[in-house]
Amino acid sequence: MDVVVMARALFGSSLGFHIIYATIGVGLPVMIIIAEVLYFIKKDSDYALMARRWTKGFAILLAVSIASGTIVGVMISLLFPNFMEIVGQVIALPFQMEIFAFLIEAVFMSIYLYARDRLPPSLRIISIVSVALGATASAILITDVHAWMNTPAGFRITPDGDVTDINVWAAVFNPSFGVTAIHVTLSAYMTVAFLVASIAALRLLKKNLSQKERQYHKKALTIALYFGAITSLATAINGHETAQMLHEYNPRKLAAAEGLFETTTHASLSIGGYTSLEDQRVKYAIEIPYALSFLAGDRFDTEVMGLNEWPEELWPPLYVHILFNVMVGIGSVLIVVSLFALFYKHILKKEFPPWLLALFVAGGPLALLAIEAGWCFSCIGRQPWTITDVLRTGEAATKSGSVGFLFALFLTLYVTLLFVTGFVMRSYFKRNPVSKDLASEEGGL
Amino acid sequence: MEASLLAITIIWSLLFIYSILGSLDFGAGFWGMIYGKGNRTNASHIANRFLSPTWEITNVFLVIFVVSIVTFFPFATTIFSSILLVPIGLGLFLLTIRTTFMVFEHHAKKYREVLRITSGLTGLIIPALLVSILPITLGGFLSFTDDYPRLNYGELLSHPTLYMHIAFGLSTALFISAIFLMDYAKEAEDWSAYHTFRGHALWLGPVSIVIAVLTIGTFPAEASWIVDNIESLWMWFGLSILFFLIGYSVLFVKKKDGRRGLARVAVIAIILQYGVAIYAYGRAHLPYLIYPDLTVADGFTSPATFYPMLIIYAIGFGILIPAFILFWRLFLKDRRYLKQE
Ligand code: HDD
Ligand code: HEM
Ligand code: HEM
Repeated sequence: MDVVVMARALFGSSLGFHIIYATIGVGLPVMIIIAEVLYFIKKDSDYALMARRWTKGFAILLAVSIASGTIVGVMISLLFPNFMEIVGQVIALPFQMEIFAFLIEAVFMSIYLYARDRLPPSLRIISIVSVALGATASAILITDVHAWMNTPAGFRITPDGDVTDINVWAAVFNPSFGVTAIHVTLSAYMTVAFLVASIAALRLLKKNLSQKERQYHKKALTIALYFGAITSLATAINGHETAQMLHEYNPRKLAAAEGLFETTTHASLSIGGYTSLEDQRVKYAIEIPYALSFLAGDRFDTEVMGLNEWPEELWPPLYVHILFNVMVGIGSVLIVVSLFALFYKHILKKEFPPWLLALFVAGGPLALLAIEAGWCFSCIGRQPWTITDVLRTGEAATKSGSVGFLFALFLTLYVTLLFVTGFVMRSYFKRNPVSKDLASEEGGL
Repeated sequence: MEASLLAITIIWSLLFIYSILGSLDFGAGFWGMIYGKGNRTNASHIANRFLSPTWEITNVFLVIFVVSIVTFFPFATTIFSSILLVPIGLGLFLLTIRTTFMVFEHHAKKYREVLRITSGLTGLIIPALLVSILPITLGGFLSFTDDYPRLNYGELLSHPTLYMHIAFGLSTALFISAIFLMDYAKEAEDWSAYHTFRGHALWLGPVSIVIAVLTIGTFPAEASWIVDNIESLWMWFGLSILFFLIGYSVLFVKKKDGRRGLARVAVIAIILQYGVAIYAYGRAHLPYLIYPDLTVADGFTSPATFYPMLIIYAIGFGILIPAFILFWRLFLKDRRYLKQE
């Protein structure tokens, strides 16, 4: 196969793998802070145990997130050297600042993990807060580079391809940075909330739990549902702003996301279905009249550009419509699920029935799927450009052979590691079940 | 100083830091493997106690090194990436196995042995791969087809200098880690581990120096430029050897309690030995990044980006100093951590 295609496949799958662990690395420290703070306020040792067990899980996943992050960090230069040539001149700052975010996270993570018992509570909370800040900052900074690729700023390219008029701060604060950074952060928090809810719900579905274990898992589930409801709502509101950003700065991507071919006012929103090139519309979709115009500009008569404004060779693949719908669909479902759950708990004051618990179990994996779909939408929706309207993917990629071999090698590695991490997590938490930890606490530990 | 010269000095400084940290990391992993099972000394405990809180930070320094090269010298990425894709790709593959297995080892009881040996062995191959990049930059292993650089694997793999570089990298990593862990064991007052590591330092020291000198002798014919430069900088390399002699000889000093070796002095002298050697080597390597195709000045980024980056480095490391001090106190000084069972 073509070297460029191979390079894209290798890099895309590496990021798709990294993002699973990276997202958890961004969100889980925040959940741990919540548990630590609740313990501090309520003095209920269940919360301390929660923090401890989540930290264990975090430590196992962290190894993979750092290893895979190192892979993508190095691979981006190896596979897209011409892209990095421009990045190095224009948008190197976030890459460098990110290093310090990693260092802060690494130093305080070790402190929190291995010096926990020697620290006074205040220093313990400072440590885990630093971990969370480091992880969130690293997500925001790498997203800055990604945002700049979508809406490049802070430089000009001369006709013979040289970079001039560099303004690093204009590049850092490029038009889509703000909304995109918030979207990535919120969606990571929300994903981890639903993952925690999944695990707690899975445990609660078991029949033979002791009263104490049941209490413990219920508390975890409550935290997760509250945090999930807040963050999923916020993600959607901010996602709406992200779409408006596309309308303003990247209308071609919005047109592809919505499968819109002709520029119109009063454009309708197509939910579901697939974009058909022959029919120049989205087939088998639910149409909501005027909704797209309203979403894009808060008015029904907003003019939304269609794909036919651009030559076909500049269109991204049309299936990005599906990716976009998967993300938005899952986001909407999870808002409904979490709000309904809180309604059930506080207004109806009833225990969650098994079918609702089963829905929670599905929530975590669904949120991860939304993350993957969202990123693939954003990166594939940028095609054929690596830097929008500046550098084509074909010119950015390496010309070296051997990429195919590396692709096979790394794909094997990722699949293996997915299984092995799952296995190690299971085996660790099987050997150290909640019941055992609760018992040892009663024993006066 | 000229901006590009400042940039390459920072790169060599980062290489220095990473070569020390990486040696400790991979070396400790190796000793942890060797003394892992059924051994009566505590050498493995000491190695692992050092490794657990530090591997993450060491890994970040590897990332810092790569990111700094790419961002300071963006015009070097094309040539580096086309010749190094496969070796670095393999290195990343092994690094991932080693990192994940090392952490999994503590969480999966049943497979501890397999995980430990895999992470120890991969940890040995990684420094070998990393140092094999050095001879490539000396010249003679690249060819251009249609303006596109390629690495001549056949020539590289059949050249003795590759293997001498690898031997040099391994002996250095093991020597530095043995010296350091000896000091670490002393802090922990773990004398069986102390004697184990001292014993290894005693034979690894001379071996690593002899290999280092022999390696220069195997440089490819195209590298006569750097050999000339090294000869004209002989004073610096001599100073490095002097530090080695100091560090090595204090291993034999007998102390009041009857034990031999001033561990802390040895660590400092050996760090100075490698620091001086690396800067001298870096100076001899000027003006090339890759001989004869790429010079430091050609690869350099635009000054408009370089100076903000420098400020970021200064602020970043400034903020982190208190964190590093706290870290040092908790894991390298605190008896409660060092002496736990
Ligand atoms: C749990 C995950 C999740 C959920 C529920 C949502 N998103 Fe999202 N979205 C992401 C996770 C995500 C992401 C993976 O984090 C992306 C990929 C790139 C980025 O910046 O964020 C993203 C990108 C992204 C983009 C593209 C930005 C670009 O390419 O520049 C748009 C327009 C939206 N989102 C809009 C929405 C809307 C209207 C949502 C309504 C519910 C929504 N997102 C929910
Ligand atoms: C938006 C997607 C991403 C998120 C949320 C994210 C987040 C994270 C997190 C939380 C870590 C663990 C940090 C630590 O504990 O030290 C990490 C590691 C890393 N990430 Fe990502 N990352 C993303 C994409 C990328 C990309 C695209 C690159 C490179 C181009 C990258 C490079 C790295 C590197 C080099 C590391 C390892 C740092 C170390 O050695 O500690 N990441 N990332
Ligand atoms: C972490 C989640 C991410 C995922 C799952 C992801 C996914 C992908 C995929 C599937 C591709 C291939 C697109 C194609 O060629 O059709 C790609 C390309 C690329 N992505 Fe992303 N991406 C992510 C984040 C990022 C970030 C944060 C950056 C910026 C630093 C980035 C930079 C790139 C680059 C440079 C390419 C290659 C050039 C190109 O195809 O445009 N990606 N990514």
